Amino acid sequence: MKLELRGITKRFGSLVANDHIDLTVEAGEIHCLLGENGAGKSTLMNVLYGLYQADEGEILLDDVVQHFSGPGDAMAAGIGMVHQHFMLIPVFTVAENVMLGNEATKGGIFLDLNAARAKVREISRRFGFDVDPDALVDELPVGVQQRVEIIKALSRDARVLVFDEPTAVLTPQETDELMQIMRQLRDAGTSIVFITHKLREVREVADRITVIRLGKVVGEASPTASNTELASLMVGRAVELTVHKNPPQLGDEALVVEGLTVVDHIGQLVVNDVSFEVRKGEILAIAGVQGNGQTELTEALVGLQPRVRGSIRLNGEELTTASVQRILDEGVGFVPEDRNEDGLVGAFTIAENLMLDRSAGAPFVKAGTIQRGTLAEFAREKVKEFDVRTQGIDEQVRQLSGGNAQKVVLARELSRELSLLVAAQPTRGVDVGSIEFIHKRIVETRDSGVPVVVVSTELDEVVALADRIMVMYRGRVVGIVPGTTPRDVLGLMMAGEQPEGAAA
Amino acid sequence: MTTVTEHHQVSPQPDALATTVVTSWKAPIAFAVFTLAALALAVFAPREGDTTYRLNASDKDAIIIANISVPAMPALWVVVVLLLLATAFSVWLVTQKRRVPLWLIVVFAIVFLFGFLTWAGAGAMLPMINLLYGSLSLAVPLIFGALTGVIGERVGVINIGIEGQLLAGAFTSAVTASVVMSSTGSMGLALLAGVIGAMIAGALVGMVLAAFAIKYFVDQVIVGVVLNVLVTGLTSFFFSQVLAPNAAVLNSPPRFPRLPIPFLSEIPIIGPVLFRQTLIVYLMYLAVIVVFIGLFKTRWGLRLRAVGEHPQAADTVGINVNRTRFWNVALAGTIAGLGGTFFTIGSGIAFNKEMTAGAGFIALAAVIFGGWDPIRATLAALLFGFASNLQNTLSVIGSPVPSEFMLMLPYLVTIIAVAGLVGKVRGPAAAGKPYIKS
Repeated sequence: MKLELRGITKRFGSLVANDHIDLTVEAGEIHCLLGENGAGKSTLMNVLYGLYQADEGEILLDDVVQHFSGPGDAMAAGIGMVHQHFMLIPVFTVAENVMLGNEATKGGIFLDLNAARAKVREISRRFGFDVDPDALVDELPVGVQQRVEIIKALSRDARVLVFDEPTAVLTPQETDELMQIMRQLRDAGTSIVFITHKLREVREVADRITVIRLGKVVGEASPTASNTELASLMVGRAVELTVHKNPPQLGDEALVVEGLTVVDHIGQLVVNDVSFEVRKGEILAIAGVQGNGQTELTEALVGLQPRVRGSIRLNGEELTTASVQRILDEGVGFVPEDRNEDGLVGAFTIAENLMLDRSAGAPFVKAGTIQRGTLAEFAREKVKEFDVRTQGIDEQVRQLSGGNAQKVVLARELSRELSLLVAAQPTRGVDVGSIEFIHKRIVETRDSGVPVVVVSTELDEVVALADRIMVMYRGRVVGIVPGTTPRDVLGLMMAGEQPEGAAA
Repeated sequence: MTTVTEHHQVSPQPDALATTVVTSWKAPIAFAVFTLAALALAVFAPREGDTTYRLNASDKDAIIIANISVPAMPALWVVVVLLLLATAFSVWLVTQKRRVPLWLIVVFAIVFLFGFLTWAGAGAMLPMINLLYGSLSLAVPLIFGALTGVIGERVGVINIGIEGQLLAGAFTSAVTASVVMSSTGSMGLALLAGVIGAMIAGALVGMVLAAFAIKYFVDQVIVGVVLNVLVTGLTSFFFSQVLAPNAAVLNSPPRFPRLPIPFLSEIPIIGPVLFRQTLIVYLMYLAVIVVFIGLFKTRWGLRLRAVGEHPQAADTVGINVNRTRFWNVALAGTIAGLGGTFFTIGSGIAFNKEMTAGAGFIALAAVIFGGWDPIRATLAALLFGFASNLQNTLSVIGSPVPSEFMLMLPYLVTIIAVAGLVGKVRGPAAAGKPYIKS
């Protein structure tokens, strides 16, 4: 089915998320929508899917103008969507999820689960999926959950299929499999819109590429374009994709972790017998697909996990059961994975957020009173040093873009005397310009002799920053390998396979 | 009281995470406390005589079961020993890194209860049928209220206003039934009008809650609390200003007659307790079954639960989240309204100020204790009903326990049940969160 978007405009208040966007997707092609986080790709697709109503413009399917007042209409017209955050009910089974909203019934009232199971099996067989219709979605690996989303769309006879950032949660191998499925669907005549900001994937699978920046179409590109060309089109200026760093000046062993185990509230060993050490002046990157224990590991390092066994020593000091205050006093800096949830207080100003971890005393607090002058001076200096784009230090942090908010977190953590920096997902949801800056600062921190632990699910970031790479899978360490390890080896390790000949 | 143990288990699935057991000392400690309480009764307040358990409703029952007599003190000592053994077993289980199973908790509770009843009823006759029959009766409004709460939370709206819905139902049924009774003289018509009036009243309160919670995103707990205050105020005002001066016409509700079901009502013990009830109680049985099947076996239930778990996912498959929420909260209101009839036309009592006396809040506790499941919430409501009626029964037979203490019992049971026994039950993920689309 041919899909055409004409002059789609969507405004949120004064913000124009989509500005007269034109897009044509021919039947049986994979059309990539490339753009940075916040460029307006997801908004556009939500308009297409009927979740948002466009302020201007029209949607055509096979040259017929469509009017969608909700996702139900879009689905009925043959549009399916695989959402970035899966739209699956975790406590339902696969069959229940697939039938939801489109239920086969007995007598119009009672659910016909057998019909739903048969449908799941039939579509699974067609595409070679291995999905149990009676499995609870909650208990399936993310890769399989994504297939459930695809089955859900196909069970409604979708002929235009939108994939919104589908690879964010997948291992490299799962990503390859997904691309294969996309090609298979295309060859069966389905039109595919593939939304992403990952250049490698675009070039691998796309038939055509449309680049969006700041809500506008800035151009089309061919899949043969180079990474640098695509990146500069996406960002609007020349970008450096590689991080320049000198060989590490290794010092003494600083952080030593031995046999660390973290147990969650239902008794699962989310971190299982993990041992590693980081030297002064070294970056250890922890790679792995989201949800393999990295989050809990970093939280254990800064004292945020309640059930921990094993030993964490920093410069000889035992910190395993130390309080968060004590760990801060030891000079541990922490960039949390979810800055809005754990890193910043959205309703506080930039200045207030910059002193969050130093509210106990000098220099910002004297006799229980905040020293406004000292704080303002400090904040202005940091805003300048970290290039935070803001109207002033009294702006609320929740008004900042992802990149600028992350710079505030980084500024706070790096402005203390550090003996360890733990940075989890330091560039998630951050624009390319800020990524360059943040990477540069992390490398500078390492060069000043501080041991650094970086957690990232983006292989690009891991490879760019790491002196050594530790890969985690299902709470265990698969191996610790040199920073120069090839990507395909890392990819296999992220799926839990022991590398041949790599030192564990 | 949670500790991590060194005991590892190999997972059955190759891909699943290894697990360890997080043990809890909650159960052994609770067991020890109750065992000591039983021991204290035996040592410091021994009572002479036999306790007789009477298992017939009346001497005219088709099948007569002989009364059971037990000597009070020996029985209590046996109970103390059994409780000690159970406590020791639970301690052993926890030291072995194993969980205390639910059956042990249930057996412990029954044994303790037996010991307590035997002690309290020493030298007297305990009418067991009356005790159970009354428990069920007192649980009726709680069960209706709990079903309302279950539907509301399952669809994503926390309903604190059950108390108000019960009160509105009680008030409306009393007034409409009285008016129809005095104008037409037909009791059947009057009762029907009372039931319909109560359901409409409950639905209206539900709609106000739904409108504020869904359309205007007001905090659902606050709306619920305000609705309770509003309904209490309104009904109290109309009671003193309108009903009291015209009580003969406006507040003399007829009463639902008892309708024994032929054959079933003659089954020993079960018959007199379950099947010699009024139509309201039979409607309650039906409501529990219909809500259970509806929630888990029908399209209506699937969509309702989807909206309460992950409204955005429901939206993306074409389900109108806010409409689903609004109408189901209104529908649930009819059930609580029906429960309100129990206080007036269900029992033949005239409406009085604040006559629901917190039943709506106990119903809410039953929702949570019952893990958002209609059947288990019903069982929880029955437990609370039993605690209330135990107090009635014991004061009738003249037990040595101070009545002030016994009056606390239902609430004590509620607190222990909800705070102590509800572990990591997870409610509907989106309950209480408004669904805001941009």
